[in-house]
Order: sequence, then structure tokens, then C-alpha cells
Amino acid sequence: MLAGNAHRRALARVGRERVCAGGRAVNKPAELPVQTTQPGAVGQTRPHESAHLHVAGAAPYTDDIPELAGTLHAALGLSPLAHGVIESLDLERIRQQPGVVDVFSAREIPGANQCGALLQDEPILAGETGDTLRYRGQPVFAVIATTRDAARRAAALAKEVVRATPLPPLLTPQAAHAAQQYVVPPMHLARGDAATAMAAAPQRLAVAFELGGQEQFYLEGQISYAVPQEDGGMKLFCSTQHPSEMQHHVAHALHRPLHAVQVECRRMGGGFGGKESQSAAFACVAAVAAARLGRPVKLRVDRDDDFLITGRRHCFHVEAEAGFDTEGRLLGAEATLVSRAGHCADLSGPVMTRALCHFDNAYWLPNVALHGYSAKTNTQSNTAFRGFGGPQGAFAVEYLLDSVARRLGRDALDVRRANFYGVAERNVTPYGQTVDDNILHPLVAELEASSDYRARRAAVHAFNAQSPVLKKGLALTPLKFGISFNVTHLNQAGALVHVYTDGSVLVNHGGTEMGQGLNTKVAQVVAHELGLPLAAVRCSATDTQKIANTSATAASTGSDLNGKAAQDAAAQVKRRLVAFIAAKWGCAEAAVVFDEGRVRAPGQDAGFAEVVQQAYLARVQLWSDGFYATPGLHWDKAKLQGRPFFYFAYGAACSEVLLDTLTGEWKLLRADVLHDVGRSLNPAIDIGQIEGAFIQGMGWLTMEELIWHPADGSPRAGLLMTHAPSTYKVPTANDCPADFRVKLYEGENRHDSIHRSKAVGEPPLLLPFSVFFALRDAVSAVGGHRVDPPLQAPATGEALLRAITAVQRAPAD
Amino acid sequence: MPVEEVRPVRFVHRGAIVEVADAAPTRTVLEWLREDARCTGTKEGCAEGDCGACTVVLGDLDAQGQLQLRPVNACIQFLPTLDGRALFTVEDLAPMAQRCGAGALHPVQQAMVDCHGSQCGFCTPGFVMSLWAGYELRVGSGAVPTRQALADELSGNLCRCTGYRPILDAGLAAHAAPPVALPREPVRAALATLAQDPPLHHQAGGVHFHAPRTLADFAALRLAKPQARVLAGSTDVGLWVTKQFRDLGDILYLGRVAELQAVQTTATHIQIGAGATLQAAWAALAAEWPSLRDVWLRFAGLPVRLSGTMGGNVANGSPIGDSAPVLIALGAAIVLRQGERVREMLLEDFYVDYMKNRLEPGEFVQALRVPRAVPGQVVRVYKISKRFDCDISAVCAAYSLHLAQGRVQQARIAHGGMAGTVRRAPQAEAALQGQPWGGDGEPALQAAMAALAQDYTPLTDMRASAAYRLQVAQNLLRRCWLETRTDAPWPESAVNVFAREAAL
Repeated sequence: MLAGNAHRRALARVGRERVCAGGRAVNKPAELPVQTTQPGAVGQTRPHESAHLHVAGAAPYTDDIPELAGTLHAALGLSPLAHGVIESLDLERIRQQPGVVDVFSAREIPGANQCGALLQDEPILAGETGDTLRYRGQPVFAVIATTRDAARRAAALAKEVVRATPLPPLLTPQAAHAAQQYVVPPMHLARGDAATAMAAAPQRLAVAFELGGQEQFYLEGQISYAVPQEDGGMKLFCSTQHPSEMQHHVAHALHRPLHAVQVECRRMGGGFGGKESQSAAFACVAAVAAARLGRPVKLRVDRDDDFLITGRRHCFHVEAEAGFDTEGRLLGAEATLVSRAGHCADLSGPVMTRALCHFDNAYWLPNVALHGYSAKTNTQSNTAFRGFGGPQGAFAVEYLLDSVARRLGRDALDVRRANFYGVAERNVTPYGQTVDDNILHPLVAELEASSDYRARRAAVHAFNAQSPVLKKGLALTPLKFGISFNVTHLNQAGALVHVYTDGSVLVNHGGTEMGQGLNTKVAQVVAHELGLPLAAVRCSATDTQKIANTSATAASTGSDLNGKAAQDAAAQVKRRLVAFIAAKWGCAEAAVVFDEGRVRAPGQDAGFAEVVQQAYLARVQLWSDGFYATPGLHWDKAKLQGRPFFYFAYGAACSEVLLDTLTGEWKLLRADVLHDVGRSLNPAIDIGQIEGAFIQGMGWLTMEELIWHPADGSPRAGLLMTHAPSTYKVPTANDCPADFRVKLYEGENRHDSIHRSKAVGEPPLLLPFSVFFALRDAVSAVGGHRVDPPLQAPATGEALLRAITAVQRAPAD
Repeated sequence: MPVEEVRPVRFVHRGAIVEVADAAPTRTVLEWLREDARCTGTKEGCAEGDCGACTVVLGDLDAQGQLQLRPVNACIQFLPTLDGRALFTVEDLAPMAQRCGAGALHPVQQAMVDCHGSQCGFCTPGFVMSLWAGYELRVGSGAVPTRQALADELSGNLCRCTGYRPILDAGLAAHAAPPVALPREPVRAALATLAQDPPLHHQAGGVHFHAPRTLADFAALRLAKPQARVLAGSTDVGLWVTKQFRDLGDILYLGRVAELQAVQTTATHIQIGAGATLQAAWAALAAEWPSLRDVWLRFAGLPVRLSGTMGGNVANGSPIGDSAPVLIALGAAIVLRQGERVREMLLEDFYVDYMKNRLEPGEFVQALRVPRAVPGQVVRVYKISKRFDCDISAVCAAYSLHLAQGRVQQARIAHGGMAGTVRRAPQAEAALQGQPWGGDGEPALQAAMAALAQDYTPLTDMRASAAYRLQVAQNLLRRCWLETRTDAPWPESAVNVFAREAAL
């Protein structure tokens, strides 16, 4: 313990020295105070509740759970075609492979061959003779073998045993849009008269660009472990953000009632949206296999198969046009967003809704017409990914404003600011919600000053004037992000709080832990409510037998919903304890205080455990459920109008890049972030979310590129070529800028959220827009900022060099 | 040819010597750890050596009998390659700290907790082991890594949650705590015991794994088993098994042949043994030509460089391997051995076609011989990829120019990623021959850039389009000229965004 304290003091010393080095006050969140004694801990920096286990390899993930005797392993045989009709499945050949115990296809599924998230349009396994193969990588059959290796080797014969008649595939959103193939009907969100406003505007311009998709690349791949239970029951250990949905799909596939299926998830090795709906097929296959064989069956998907089977962030094709005045104010805007939905709907509809509802980002758009098309393609079904369409929608308006500023020869920040939502007017979104918590103006002003934006803008100009090959670029972009599920009924949560007779507390809630620190925050909330040190509170695995009918841990709402539910449960226990002890002590209930692990009243002081024991003997209920439903939400899905969001989170980032105009190579020199999390529940965890989202979003917009083999008639058509980390490149440590200044905005949520905090999972994914637009600024410098660079996202070296070349070759004005 | 008796694989794990008799020769270290030993702290993220979640640390005795540690990817290392080595995993660290009373966790682990370096935690054991390997290199010496050095050492570890800043903080903070060093003597003693074992001949399921210890024995076995697979670092061959389910047959492992592990710099050559790691080979080359530092740092990630070999990279002959363009530009030769016969040829003559070379049955790569730097020689190598770290080149351009009196006396230009094999650019070279390389070099430069379009017809694939490859190759030649022009060369910092101020 002494050594530990010495270590912490030493750490603090190192931190201070580093801050002072070079004389720059760099905000280094690692120097946040490490509090060890204060109870409650809401608002305090605390390590992730599992950190000490993570670092020791002692935090079990689904594949680490000790296997029960008799456990078998499953693998999936995948469609060798992007589109075709099944002629035959030679599963007998698979059955004869070494170690194989069982093989089955769709017809052997006892219940529904269906795992669509919202629509019944997604088979678990492709089907039988005469059924359609929808994409290359679609699971067609399952192999169960004595070892995982044997199952994988047998499943790899799919290309030989699945015989099919090829059909021409639709691989790109543009091709599907042209063919009017959609997974859900087109959506339109409009206010005012965009066409008339654009026609009357002093100036107008149009942009068109590609915005790439993104693989979640959770480090732990998809996995389910199914264990048969008595009387037709099934228990699944599943790496999923949505245990209840897995329970539903498995029950339907097994043709059993929901009460017969239990799904448990202690933690995930990352989710990012990819384990919201798309863990379903794996859960269902493992459960069906376990039910068929009466033995435990584990399905852990190889990384390449994970890429080939599951979907990811939707790529978008965007065409947008705006009419604007000399200040760059958008008087009218129209945009068409076409997403690559993939072979089925999954969550593509809500993703598009959120894209349309975030096209406004931080800006007042008096006249706007938005059109969203979720194109049905013969590719993996795209799904939730951190931001859920919001980043794509907001990126579109930022691209437009960036071009408007260049056209006007004005600083892009000035144009952005001219369009900011007002506080008392110009403050209604196109979908009819009033922006009643706008902090854009002070937040952006603070970052503008702290990042030294104006002086650095001048320095960038000066640098570019004397540097023929390397060019610098600078951009400051804001964000506003709506918090709540767009679907109102999902905004509910439950929790259980058990107080045991030794005073220790166990919390269970419906949210899942995927690294975001939800359990840490919920434990902090409960500890705070009961006046206990954080160590007295423990969160247990998410379990459909404990909290029923849960929503996905998604839409950044985990802490908002489950924190409130757990607070409610803890408060109920506390109320009973207060009533009990006030009666015993003969004092007013209002005089009883829970603090520092003790219960106090004037002249009275007892340990929490002591009070709990006395309450137990007096037959006081020491556990409680809790519930929360976000107030004030309503949403008209048909008209895309209402109040879908409880509140908005805000933020801004300023990035400076250095670009090589010979190769398109670039480097992020410095990034400044100011982000709004309301009153932080745990600053270190919030900073971790912000920084992680920044780097992840930067990867999306720059280096992470998905490439499918084109529809050229070859057998490889529709094959995702970038299906492993060898070909799909997510950022590494060297991509984290050496000068990275991340700060939380001082403030609190104006709405009654849990301890006035704000959600933090998704909003900061929009911060690295600043990196992309800094790159576009650097490309623009090649042409003296007279040519609008046709830069696509991801801005890979190749995309950048293409844009540079286009600017160089553009005719001079 | 001496054929040893079959014996179990023996290695040090959790403080004891472990024997494994029945594992298939291609069973990976990760499979053994997780499925057989039930040490599940080490994770599988990709099974191809690209994410680092499975990073473990191997201990070897060097020629001086000292314990050397290196992080490797357990997912692509075959179990028999552990023979005679010590295996350290994330489970070993906390007990080490507890035994010396330093706390519940090792300083590297405690720093990761204190700096909030884990979120989902799945990549964390790999990061901890990479950080620990770097920590052990420095502990007790008073040396503290720079942030940049840490980032380079973590190039083989992916984290999707944190954005890396807190992990780099942790790597620094670990050195501020009271030191906890691995007790080396017991490990050294155990490895010395294992060194008394006869060379490994492991067999399971009728498949043999041979790890001879002398060059003569290796050559004899190779001749006797021409169908057997030669295995060096297994950073590529490992994937043939984990991803392609290829049956490798019998395996001849050259990682135990002492004569092949060395990198020697003589008066005339740098000689790189076929078993020398990429890290050792690049270190020697970068010592001779400091401009090679970038391609060294960017060649895969550190764990791959510490197990993969340059001999293997060259023998594999991938058109996008980064060793070959450099070696061909430098005029390197490849030394081939078949039984007692040793022959040598220029590396550029070794490649015949896509993944085809001049190796004959029973023959193997013994060494690479690189002529040393000469006065007037200018060397530059540029790697272009989507990501700085641990990516495969879209284009790798290597130039070795001999300049005198402001003119190009000889130009050797080789590219990876521009054709089915790594090849020189004869027409571009010819366009530069005898031409000025100063401010009046622009016409020759342009002619050479244009000639590259005749030298190569690159492919379009997931890494780059043909058009980009050609344009970049042309522009890199311009960068080379800007940097090395004889009249007024530009500093690297004016033409390369990755230029670093200080040397490693």
C-alpha cells in the first residue's frame, strides 16, 4: 500500500514535470487527481472498474469462461457468391470431414429462420435449393465439430459444397439507387421552401462526394457460447450490446418462450454498435446447435469471417446544394443522402433518420429539403456504429459550409459561426425540436481562443507561402449531437440494487459494459446515493434473468438511462433505511445523512453495515428494483417531426495538419478539443471516450478504407477485399498527435439527467471532422484557395493526391 | 545425416520447464496457451499477427549466455519453436511484483490502471506485454523512453478504444515507480538446462518438426527432405495455417541454427544470416545508411520484426515485401546453399515471376550479402502506405545513386508494388545515367519520371490504384532529387511529413 501511494505521488510528479516541459500548458488528462478516499465518487476520476483485471489478463471475456465438459465448436459456411440462387448444398461432404459432429442449414432451425432487427428480412442461414444468396460471406450452413479448428476447416469447404446459379449483383449504393432498390422506403425531411430560397439566394453551389463506411473492429470478435438448460431452456454467454434482443431471436429460432432463454454478458472487448443487432446470427446458430445436440456449443468467429459476415458503418453518397448570402449564411439547402444498407434493413432505417436529423449539426437551416435513400446492395448488412448516421449527416453540411467559405474567400470558422443556431431565435431544428440548451457560441469562442486559431491561421498561410511541397491546413469544426434513441419507447431502463448484510452492495442494470465505463459510472452513482466508498459497490454481469426487456446499450444513453434506474433503486433502499433508523434514533428522517460509509444524525453515528444489519433483523427490505423512462420525448416517424432528443451534447475541435503534395502523405500536428459532457460523472472516463472517438473518427475519415471487388463478372465480385487488419488499417499509436489537448467544457446539463451529466459515447466521433477539413484546407492551399478540392472520405493518401492533382489541373479563374 | 530421436517440446513457462509431447507441429502458441494450458489472459484479435492482442514475450540466451527478451505474436508462432526458450505471458507480471513486495501489480500494469490505459481491456494484455518488454530493456539503467520511442515500440498493438494517449502516458509513468526487474538468474539457469537437450525432433500425427543446430545438419536435412517446409520467423507461414488451413508437411526450422542467426559487418559487406531477425538486419543496414531508418521503423510492427527474418522476407518473394527493393537497389547478393554447394547471385536475378524464384529442390537461403557504402553513394528509401505503422506498401521506392562532379555515375532504382516481382527500373536508370543531379537536373529528372511509365505496369488492388502507384513512384523520384541534389539539397523536413528531428 505504501509502495502504491509512493507510486501515485511519483506519477503526479512526472505529470507536473511534463506539463511544464517546453513552457506550454498542454492539457494532459492523465494528471487528473487520483482520489482514493472520498466516498461516493460521483464527479471524481476513478479507474475503470475492471482496469486492475484487464492489465493482469484476469478479466474474463466470453471465450475465457471455463468450458463445460462436452463443449463443441461451431463455424459457418459462407456464400461464395455475391448474388445467386442456391442449386444444391452438399452437406454430406461436410459431415464426413474430420472431427465434424453435426451440420445444419436453414431447414433444421426449429423456429423462425429470422434475425432481422426491425423487419423480418434477415435469415439466420441463407436457405435451401431455390433460395437466394444475398452477399458474398452470407452464412449458409453451420458446422459443429469437436474442435474449433476442425469446424473452421470443414466450413472452409463452403465454396465447393454450395452450388448456385449466379445473378448480377448490385454492389454500390449508386447502382442500387439507380435501380430503386431500397431496404426501407425513402425518407424526406423538409422545412420551408428550399428550392425557392436557393433560387433567390445571392449565390449557390453544389457538392457531391463519397463518404466511406467503417468497420467497428472491436478487438474481441463476435462470439456466443450456448449451454442447454433443463426443460428446454437455453443459456447463452454472448458478447452483445443487446442481451434482450439476443434472447428474442434465440427464443424465436428455438421456438421457445422468452422465459426459456437466458442471455448473459459480463463484458465485451469492444462493441461500437457492431454487437447491437449483429451478434444475433451467432447467438442463434450456437443456440440451435446446442439444442440439437444437447451439448454446449461455442461459436467464435474468425476475424476474417467477422469482416465478411457482419456489416459496419454505412458509407454514403452525398449530393448537396445550397443558396447563401455574402456572409455565407445558408438561406436554402437541399441534400440527397444515399446509404449502402446492404442486403437487408437491419438498423438502416433509423440510421438514415439520425443522418437526416443531424444534417443541421450546429446550424440554423431556415429552408431545407433532405432526402434519404437506404440502398439495398449485395453486401454485408450495414448496421449501428458509434454515431449511427449522425456523423454522416453532419459531415454533409460541414462539407457544404467548407465549400461555401472557400467560394466566398472567408474563413471557414466565420461562415460556420454565421450559421450557428441562435439561443432565443433561429433555434428550431428542421424536425421541429427547439434547441433549448445551446452553448455553441461560448464553447467555440473558448476553443478559438485556447487553440490560438487566428494566429495559427496566419502562421499556416505564412508557412504555405514558403513551402512548395509540404502544405499545412487548419480547421475548427463544431458539433451538436442529439441524445436519446429516436424511437421513444427504447428510452427506458431498469436496475436492481442489493444491499447485503455486511454492507456491500451489488448492482445489476440492463446496460452492457463494452469498455465505455458504464459499470464504473453506475457504481459511482449508487455509491454516491448510499454515501459509500466506491469499493463497497460492485456491478454484476448483464443478465436477461435479472433485468427484463432491456434496450440496447447504444445511442450513448447507457449512463443516462441505467444510471437513473440504479439511482432510483438505491434511493428506495435508502428511504427504507432512513425510515428505519430515524424511528430507531427518534430523529427526523430529514436529519439522517449517509456519508463516508456511515449513517449520521445529530448525536448519532453508526457504520453503514451496522445499520444494515439492524435493518435486516427488523425485516426491512434491503434490495430494490429501479426504473427510468426519459421524459418529454415524442416522435412522428412518418413526418420525421417531434422531440426525439432529451438534450444535445456539444463540442468543437481544432486540427492542424501537414500534407505532402507529392504523395498525399500527411501528419496531424496538433489537435485541440473542447467537449461538453455536462457535469462529468468521471472525468477520466469521459476524456477517454472523447480521445478514443477522436482517433476512431479520424481513422474513419482518413485511413480506414473498405474495398469490395467490383461487379466485373469475375468469381471475386462482391468480395470484401479489406477483411482483416492486414488490409484494413485502423490508427496506431503513431497516429495519435504528439500535441493533443483535450478539455472538458465547464458546465452542466440544463435538463435533469443523471447528476446533470451528458452522454459521451457518440458525440465526440464528430470532432475529427476538423482533421478532414484541415486536410481539405491544405489541398486547397495548392491552388491558392481558389479551387474547391474534390476530396473524398476517407482521405487516404491516394484520395488526397487525386484531389491535389485535380486542384493543380483546374483552370485558373 | 543425424536424425535425432523424437522428443517432447520443452520450454520454460510460469517458472517451470513444461514438456509437450503430442501437439501438432503447427499448433500455435496462442492455441496452446488458451486451449491446453487454460491461460486465457492472452487474447486472439486477428490470428494473423496484425493486432497484437496475443503479444507474449520470449526469452532466449544470446551468444554470451545472457537472457534476451522479445515480444512476439503468439497467434502465428508454432509451439515447437518455443523449444529451449522461456515464454512469458500477462499472467507472469503481477506475481513478479508481488514476490518482491512492490505491490499487487507490476509497475507497467499499475501505470496502465492509473493512466486509464484500458477501456474494453481486450487489447490490454498485449499492450502490457509490449510495454513490459520495453520496460525490461531499460529497468535499472535509469533510461526512460521518449514518447516517440514508445509509439514505435507499440506499432504492432492496436487499440480501438483509447486513442493511445493514455497508453503512451502509462509507458512513461511505469518508469517513475520503484523498479521491478525480472529475476533473470532462474530463467537463465533453466534455459541453460534446456540447452543440454539434443536438437529438437518433434513428431505428432506423422508430421515431423526438426530444429537442427548446425548449418551442416540443416543443409543435410534440407537435402534429404526437399519437400519439407523451411520455417524461419513464421510471420508469413503462420498465416498459411491459421487463415488458409494449408498442410505444411514436415517442417525444418532454421531458428536454432546458430551460424544463421548472425549479422556481420565486414570490410566489404554486411552479411545477414537467413535466421537473423528483421530487427537485427535493419539495424545493421540503418547503421550503414541512416536514411533507411524510416523503412526499418515502418516494416511491420515490432513483434513481427523480432521474429520475422529478412531471409524469409526475401525467400518468400512477395512483390510488396519491403526488404527486396532496398537490397536490390543496394546491389545485394543472395547466398544459396544445397547440401555442400554454396552459390551466390544478385538478388535481382533471383526472382523469376510472381512468387517464383530460382531456389532448387533441397536448396535454401543461407545469407544475404550487401556491399558496404562507398563515397559518393546516396541512398534513399520511401515507403507509401495507408498507415504509417505496420502496413504493407502500396509502393516502396529504393534508390542508390553514385554521384560525382554533380552527375549521376550510376543509378540503381528498385520498386516494390509496381510489378509482379520487385524489379529495377532500367529505363529510368538509363535516363539518369551521366546526367546532372544539381539544379540543372530537372530535364533528366523529368525524363526518368516519364520512363517509369515504361518500366512498370502496376496493378490496381485494395492498397492502391495503378494510376496512384505510378504517379507516386514518379513523385518520389522527385522527392529523392530534391533531397539529394548536389547543389542545394532540401532538408528532409521540407519534403517528408514524417521527418523526425532527432535520430533514434
